[in-house]
Amino acid sequence: MSQATLVVDPAESPLTPESWGKLGMWVFLAGDAMSFGALLAGYGAIRAGSVDWPVPAEVLGISLTAFMTFLLICTSLTMVKGLSAIKRGDQKGMITFLGLTILGGVIFLGCQAYEWTHLIHKGLGFTSNPYGNYLFGTTFYAITGFHGAHVTGGVIYLTIVLIRGLRGKYSADNCNGVEILGLYWHFVDLVWILVFTFLYLI
Amino acid sequence: MSEAAAVKDTPIEHAHQGFLKTYIFSTDHKMIAKQFLLLGLVMLMLGGGLVMLLRWQLAYPDKPLPLIGISETYMETGETETAMDRYWDEQFSKPEKEQSWIATRMPAGVISPNFYNTLFTMHATIMIFFVVMPILVGCFGNFLIPLMIGTRDMAFPVLNMLSFWVAVVSGVIILIGFFVPGGHAATGWTAYPPLSADPTWTGVDWGQNLWCFSLIFLGISSMMGSINYITTIINMRAPGMTFMRLPLTIWSLFIVAILLLLALPVLTSALAMLLFDRMAGTSFFNASGGGDPLLWQHLFWFFGHPEVYVLILPAMGIGSEILSVFSRKPIFGYHAMVYAMVSIAGLGWIVWGHHMFQSGMNPALGTTFMISTMVIAVPSAIKTFNWLGTLWGGNIQFTVPMLNALAFVSMFVIGGLSGIYMASTPVDIFIHDTYYIVAHIHYVVFGGSLFGIFAAITFWFPKMFGRMLGSKLGKIHFWITFAAFNCTFFPMHILGVGGHMRRIANPLQYEFLQQFEGLNIFITMSAFTLGMAQLIFIFNVFYSMFKGKKAEDNPWKANTVEWTAATPPPHGNFAEIPTIYHGPYEYNAPGIDEDYLPQTSQATIATDGNGKQ
Repeated sequence: MSQATLVVDPAESPLTPESWGKLGMWVFLAGDAMSFGALLAGYGAIRAGSVDWPVPAEVLGISLTAFMTFLLICTSLTMVKGLSAIKRGDQKGMITFLGLTILGGVIFLGCQAYEWTHLIHKGLGFTSNPYGNYLFGTTFYAITGFHGAHVTGGVIYLTIVLIRGLRGKYSADNCNGVEILGLYWHFVDLVWILVFTFLYLI
Repeated sequence: MSEAAAVKDTPIEHAHQGFLKTYIFSTDHKMIAKQFLLLGLVMLMLGGGLVMLLRWQLAYPDKPLPLIGISETYMETGETETAMDRYWDEQFSKPEKEQSWIATRMPAGVISPNFYNTLFTMHATIMIFFVVMPILVGCFGNFLIPLMIGTRDMAFPVLNMLSFWVAVVSGVIILIGFFVPGGHAATGWTAYPPLSADPTWTGVDWGQNLWCFSLIFLGISSMMGSINYITTIINMRAPGMTFMRLPLTIWSLFIVAILLLLALPVLTSALAMLLFDRMAGTSFFNASGGGDPLLWQHLFWFFGHPEVYVLILPAMGIGSEILSVFSRKPIFGYHAMVYAMVSIAGLGWIVWGHHMFQSGMNPALGTTFMISTMVIAVPSAIKTFNWLGTLWGGNIQFTVPMLNALAFVSMFVIGGLSGIYMASTPVDIFIHDTYYIVAHIHYVVFGGSLFGIFAAITFWFPKMFGRMLGSKLGKIHFWITFAAFNCTFFPMHILGVGGHMRRIANPLQYEFLQQFEGLNIFITMSAFTLGMAQLIFIFNVFYSMFKGKKAEDNPWKANTVEWTAATPPPHGNFAEIPTIYHGPYEYNAPGIDEDYLPQTSQATIATDGNGKQ
């Protein structure tokens, strides 16, 4: 630390100078990813040690879920469009696209509720599974349930941002709130793709 | 940073807030720090009290406790002699359901085996989650981060307040557990299934459930804290406070926040699975239902090993800070210290299996974990030798914080060395689940973390409360604690090598352990002394808080930024955001008249013309 003359090294520029909330959300998502990671790792370990694990696609059926996946990816797109609208100062566009994102989220939840009811009718319960290992049902409901809770939280979060948007709280210079929401929503989407792959496809 | 700081830098002006906003639902990081400190100290007395009961049972198995137990006369003749005799007489005449709390757990003052299990479980849970974490991370993280990086508060003050109050909810839940039917959790702080997974096997029902709920809440609280710490340290450093000018304390807290952020959600997920097993009849950890008890151990220790670094890293940062200040020398190898902490934290993720050598895990995996564990000795040794290098040739001042910091270094070395020793699979097979492990954990968590806590409290007390901590009582407390600590925990190595298992309520029932009766009594007496000595500390803290000598702004002549703030720092900390010109440890720098050089000083250090000092 020798200095011939007195220098103020500027502190490294902050990662997110315009908003601490954005960094905060990234940090939260890193932690949340670990809880999904633990659940999926537990699922993998139990499945690897099981001799009577059913073939997921046969029990669960994947056509509806494929549609749900497509829908959720579409809501990521509408989320991006909503953010880009407000960045251009287009409040109406933002509200339209946030509305579409909420709609997509609600339809996703509706499909999930339908799917769960259907599976429960087929006998696949939280602690029962006529097709093999009980834990197939347990892990399925625990992981899709945890993800569904994230989607529900996301829909509520979207609605709050939408209401704030209707009150004119966001503008081209002040749209961090929307961007932070976007981070969360894309994360929920990304997690679903992993859940879909591990629980339904493989 | 400067631009953002300029935008954000509006001094916080609200001097007259109500009582509720100032002391209870405060969003000021310094008040939240004091709240965490109070929580930690209260829990410290509870956790310590539990272990006093436990030590009594180990020294005098199945003998009535002094004061509350029945007298010998009553046992021999049946005549009530003392007030407690009459109390027990009355209790035993009632049906079991109507007996008092104490009578169902310690009938006639004798600790029942079930209650013994609760004692060691809750001692560990409380000390780890409600004492060391709230004080080192909750209190000093909150207090020091904004002050030491030169900013006004945390990035998210409301989240910070919520973090404390969620921790309180978690603490209340864990306390309620003591009073539910069936007793509190009693499967050790590691809660291994299958024992913990099915209430019918232990009789403990809601106790274990509440234990799970409490730790889930603590995980949420800790996540809020981590988000705050990481964001604050990355985004809010004062102009000139580059990462390589951060005090090592801040580095350690930064690393710990990342560890907590990534480790605790794993525990939360595992706890949720355990709760499903207990309450919804699933079988994640139940082999008969297709589950795997080992899965819990993997998930738990994947969290648990980073967790032990959460407990020790802040103490390492604090220790480095204090050793440098009171040696009046720069810390030896600042960069090496930072990289050593980063690599300890990184390696901490791939060593969890060393807790499971005896679990039936694949032995080939055991070897991998053994090697990765031993690699941690390298960065740990870098730190230890750098501490010695810092002390070497220094102008050492034996103040109370310095004594505690020196104890931290030396006790950590003993705990660390036994750690390398038992990381070796063949050795661990012999000493696994014996008192050798108990000795090791206490040398690291008491000798390391708790001496770190004592050092931190005594060092920053003047800045926190505006008064000096009584140094005479501080020294008395230190020397009694230091001696009693070693008398308590060193003999446990001998017990362990002699085969004394941990978590047994009555060692005398085994013939080969009867030879250790005397040693157990000696340990218990030392433990009582150790416990009593902490009362001196608690008294000293609260007495000095109100009656201590008024402190100057920089009583230790230290360099870091918090000492330039007023004492105690007002809301908003600094009159204006400081600018940082130097590293944190420029003591006795050439060309400087005084033996210290505050980070905010504009004086220049003399060089020899080649850019070298």
